[in-house]
Amino acid sequence: MPEALKAPLVVEFPFTRSLGPVQSAFLTGLREQVVLGVRTADGRTLVPPVEYDPVTADELRDLVEVAPTGTVTTWAWNHEPRRGQPLTTPFAWVLVRLDGADTALLHALDAPGPDAVRTGMRVRVRWAAERSGTITDIACFEPYDGATAEPAGHDGRFEDMVTGIVAPARLDYVYSPGRAQTAYIAGLAERRTVGERCPSCRKVYVPSRGACPTCGVATSERVEVGPRGTVTTYCIVNIKAKNLDIEVPYVYAHIALDGADLALHGRIGGIPYDEVRMGLRVEPVWSEGGRYPDHYRPTGEPDADYETYKEML
Amino acid sequence: MEPIRDIAVVAFAQSDHRRTSDELSEVEMLLPVLHEVLDRTGLKAGDIGFTCSGSSDYLAGRAFSFTMALDGVGAWPPISESHVEMDGAWALYEAWTKLLTGDADTALVYSYGKSSPGSVRDVLTRQLDPYYVAPLWPDSVALAALQARALIDAGETDERELASVAARSRADASANSHAQLRGPVPQGDYLVRPLRTGDCPPVGDGAAAVILAAGDRARELCERPAWIRGIDHRIEAHSLGVRDLTDSPSARLAAERAGAFERPVDTAELHAPFTSQEVVLRKALRLGDGVRVNPSGGALAANPVMAAGLVRIGEAAARVHRGESDRALAHATSGPCLQQNLVAVLEGDAR
Repeated sequence: MPEALKAPLVVEFPFTRSLGPVQSAFLTGLREQVVLGVRTADGRTLVPPVEYDPVTADELRDLVEVAPTGTVTTWAWNHEPRRGQPLTTPFAWVLVRLDGADTALLHALDAPGPDAVRTGMRVRVRWAAERSGTITDIACFEPYDGATAEPAGHDGRFEDMVTGIVAPARLDYVYSPGRAQTAYIAGLAERRTVGERCPSCRKVYVPSRGACPTCGVATSERVEVGPRGTVTTYCIVNIKAKNLDIEVPYVYAHIALDGADLALHGRIGGIPYDEVRMGLRVEPVWSEGGRYPDHYRPTGEPDADYETYKEML
Repeated sequence: MEPIRDIAVVAFAQSDHRRTSDELSEVEMLLPVLHEVLDRTGLKAGDIGFTCSGSSDYLAGRAFSFTMALDGVGAWPPISESHVEMDGAWALYEAWTKLLTGDADTALVYSYGKSSPGSVRDVLTRQLDPYYVAPLWPDSVALAALQARALIDAGETDERELASVAARSRADASANSHAQLRGPVPQGDYLVRPLRTGDCPPVGDGAAAVILAAGDRARELCERPAWIRGIDHRIEAHSLGVRDLTDSPSARLAAERAGAFERPVDTAELHAPFTSQEVVLRKALRLGDGVRVNPSGGALAANPVMAAGLVRIGEAAARVHRGESDRALAHATSGPCLQQNLVAVLEGDAR
């Protein structure tokens, strides 16, 4: 039993999101150092403003400016800031009810320590030096003991409204493929292809994921298959993939390795693309230092009889 | 309102919940649990009328892991199947409605979560409002800490009471061989103040499965079925700043609609990953001192994300099966600060 494999895995994506009219006005306002709320039918002012009333589901469009000063309604001291959070030094998470608002906004409060924070304390917005129309245009809140700032009565209309945001997201993992796939990868490291046999239906899965999808039982008996196999079906790729250094057109095929009951896939080389056919007998070609076959090439054997691979199509 | 068909939890199984399970893929972790739950009823995979699962690919960063998990069910010839990107308790709700329609008489419900490959505190930020909240990356402990502070400020609890919830949960878990934290656990330092490490759930991997059956089928499969007398789920606004974090109107309404207040329950399995959330739920669900709360140790003893809610229903049902409870409440939650809540009321036949 090889030791469980592990590898770092980063999942990263810039989410591009369009904004509704209320979100657009709010985020444009932040860019212009104006905080907007939205008024509900029963006269409450929601900050941050939403497009629909959270109680009645009424469409909300009545924007009102509120003050950049407010009161902490609850807080939590974060002594170890994590990646992406508003401040890199210890800070308090706070819900702040801005003056003129009836609901609270979540953000960070820059304070020297937990003893300097309490529910009910007065705070004001600290604006980010560079603002583009995102919630992080508020850099954070800071303690404030001055007078309530008077909002100027902005109506929420600005030049050059922000209509979307790009929200980058990144999550870091340590990936481990599990028992069956670890064995498959460990086999490949020795240029062997190892599958697993279902104890119930006796089919050999390559690569095995640890369970027979037909019988719902664990596969455990290791079976070496190949190295030769048969093309069961294929396609001709005419569009070059990004970061892939292979000339098009090329052939990508399902290959049933000898002894396997499930086809795996790989590129076919060493033969003109328009001469590849179902039943073609192929063998793997390993590149120097490669951790899996670079491609498969014809063996020169006669084509396999359709009856021998039709179950694996 | 009485359900139009008698449906019961007839079997429950769960994995040992552990900090890591590097040597197992998700389906490899799930497979023994599926076999165990089927064995308890004598059913084979092919006998099941409907299958529903709950999981999230974000936890382990493994795209389409729920389709690979289906390998463990034996989904060929094609089965009637569904999946929710939620805790398995909501998969159970879907299965319950499927059985109500009469389309199926039995259902297999399973869920699993592998939190160990990633950082679950950060992963869970991705479920938040993507415009105003997610860009700040407020982690799950921070949000729970805001709720705990609100409770303390309102005089609803204090750090000593929270510590006692933590201690009672882990002490109860010493009788639960599946739990991850069992017996005395130090209350520890602040993780995000006012929550200490002891107030927070362990991070770990695990799986659970339940079988539902209707009417006479349930009586055939289980000596004392845990009849679902009512089940309901409700959600609150997503913006934390519009909610009263010291209360849970959604849990209360779900309980009311599930009939929980019609007669007292003797047992409650609450999905409260943080000590402070048990305080909120006890109040919202009107649980008096006579109710045995989380005899399994609850989510403070084992919190396989996406399975911990289904485990609550399974644990409550198992107590009914064993004759240790006659009427139990099971609760599951989803989202930050108890945003969404599901309540089921389970009863055993009179003995």
